[in-house]
Amino acid sequence: MRRVVEGSYAIADAVRCCSPDVVSVYPITPQTHIVEHLSEFVADGKLDCEYINVESEFSSLSSLIGASVAGARTYTSTTSQGLALMFEVLYNVSGMRLPIVMTTVNRSLSAPLSIWNDQQDSLGVRDSGWIQIYAENVQEAIDLTPMLYKISEDPQILTPSMVCMDGFILTHVYEPVDFLDEEMVREFLPPYRPEHILDPENPKTFGAFADPSWFTEFKYLQYQAMERSREKIAEVTREFEEVFGRGYGGLIDTYAMDDAEIALVTMGSIVGTVKEAIDDLRSEGVKVGLVKIRSYRPFPGDELKRALKDASVIASIEKDISMGYEGALLTDLKGAFYNSSIRTPIIGFAVGLGGRDIGIKHVRAMVERASRVLDAGIESEFEIFDVKPECL
Amino acid sequence: MQESLFAPGHRACAGCGMPTAIKLVLDAAGPNTIVASPTGCLEVTSTPFPESSWRVPWVHSLFENPAAVASGVEVALKRFGKTDTNVLVIGGDGSTFDIGIGAISGMFDRGHRITYVCYDNEAYMNTGVQRSGSTPFCAKTTTTPTGKLSLGNPRPKKDMAAIAVAHGVPYVATASIAYPVDLRRKVKRSLEADGPAYIQINAPCITGWSFEAGDTIEQARLVVETCLLPLCEYVDGVLTDVKKIRRKKPVEEYLKTQGRFKHLFRAEGGAEVVAQLQAMADANAEKYGLID
Repeated sequence: MRRVVEGSYAIADAVRCCSPDVVSVYPITPQTHIVEHLSEFVADGKLDCEYINVESEFSSLSSLIGASVAGARTYTSTTSQGLALMFEVLYNVSGMRLPIVMTTVNRSLSAPLSIWNDQQDSLGVRDSGWIQIYAENVQEAIDLTPMLYKISEDPQILTPSMVCMDGFILTHVYEPVDFLDEEMVREFLPPYRPEHILDPENPKTFGAFADPSWFTEFKYLQYQAMERSREKIAEVTREFEEVFGRGYGGLIDTYAMDDAEIALVTMGSIVGTVKEAIDDLRSEGVKVGLVKIRSYRPFPGDELKRALKDASVIASIEKDISMGYEGALLTDLKGAFYNSSIRTPIIGFAVGLGGRDIGIKHVRAMVERASRVLDAGIESEFEIFDVKPECL
Repeated sequence: MQESLFAPGHRACAGCGMPTAIKLVLDAAGPNTIVASPTGCLEVTSTPFPESSWRVPWVHSLFENPAAVASGVEVALKRFGKTDTNVLVIGGDGSTFDIGIGAISGMFDRGHRITYVCYDNEAYMNTGVQRSGSTPFCAKTTTTPTGKLSLGNPRPKKDMAAIAVAHGVPYVATASIAYPVDLRRKVKRSLEADGPAYIQINAPCITGWSFEAGDTIEQARLVVETCLLPLCEYVDGVLTDVKKIRRKKPVEEYLKTQGRFKHLFRAEGGAEVVAQLQAMADANAEKYGLID
């Protein structure tokens, strides 16, 4: 069924189709509409679940730990400050190997306070042991929801995951989307039947502490599960395409990369703008292409090397800064290439911070900057783009 | 005798009051019980992987979130139709009075059927005896040391039971390991409550309080007999029961046996503090009608 709806409504409906047992919520802009719509579904009898209003994001995710350990499929969503407040819980969820799925609406982190979009929040928790997949548009965010439950709940994976979607740009946009069919989702996503739960008939201890003789082994097994998720993400993405007819590549997707000399690498809603810019530039004869990162964790190092091996210059475009170094994506990207024979120059841009709009002209300017590397070499490896002249 | 649901072999100190409290609580709650605990002495002494003292299902997540974790357990049980299972939180006073109080307030507010049990040893004992909101007035801790300008903790103990009552929690009680029959009865009553319950159990800490080994139960009894700790029960916000004291003892009898109060009998100004503590005990006796 194709309808024009607000992004947040579409996500709420996708969550409904996944039949969560427990939904735990706390309001924060621009995530709030998702959980409001879910509460309406519950109030109207369209979603049969336990829906709890908790007193903080810290408790929303914490309560899902209890529900998940008791055997429930669980859902929450958050953004920005809420995600930061969850920081401690994020590591705990992944360490306890609980397959919680969360919509992370991307928003900047204070100070200065800003409710608008960038990706500093989720990039800041990249090491927390959660699978992170970034949606290009509302449709992808919808489709990722059942996919991530399926990936996370696989007994070989048991790793939490977040659907990352840009705040306002995707949550508040009205665009036509294909709704998921509840019955088809039920077939695609089997019920969650965990092997280990809190059960008085068979009492088990969860969350024991590990001294130095065991801690490494816990982390090793967690690391291996995240490694296994690479193949699982690709497999579930293929399976989704077979059932629902919408394909997304795998850990990455590419656009106009066949003969691209200038390769852009980015993730999230900016992908759509970059594609538009590429169409324009291609019609002018500029050989530019795009690699869209879908899965940032696990990081698709091998896929990036394969996709980018023939490019002459690579430019990352990202909505975050690792203060004291550069953009996190830029660092990861360069790292992926270091031990390979590929010696393509790589530069990076931080853009769209705190909701600054990025249009086609900005993408063109970054492509122009990247093309200069071909002639003059790297002048600036990392640049915060579009800064007011009075600050320069 | 029935096997305890809290197995021996845990690493709590000899003379620790906490395991006694846990055994009594689990004994009253029975095997159809799920427990969530915060980080703290109980967690580290009972669950060094791959061992566990818990013969009931048990979950630990973080220091400040057991009330939220238990909330999730309770709603999941409701979802699966398993509403006959007891859900308990058992945590220390640092988690309860201080860092986890927001989550506790939320749990109370939402009306979950959970009994929150605080084993109260009146400081952060797991990290080495730092002051918590539960530390008594002028007790010496490692962050409220005594010195030329200090007689220990400058603030009185926070009244957590009153905070629970103020939330409209249907069952609130204070209890002590020195009165096991009373404690078990309170746990059983809490589990019959139609909503959340809060039980605070005085559980002396041999290292933090610094008293003679073997005196644990005696310490727990003395704080009640001096009226420094009233054992109360509130049902639907109404004080329904207090533990009556036959012969009220002077607070010195309690204070002088503990290292954390030793300075009050040596330092300048100590006598005034003892008098203040006596006044607090007298006020408790009056307010709660503790004397027969």
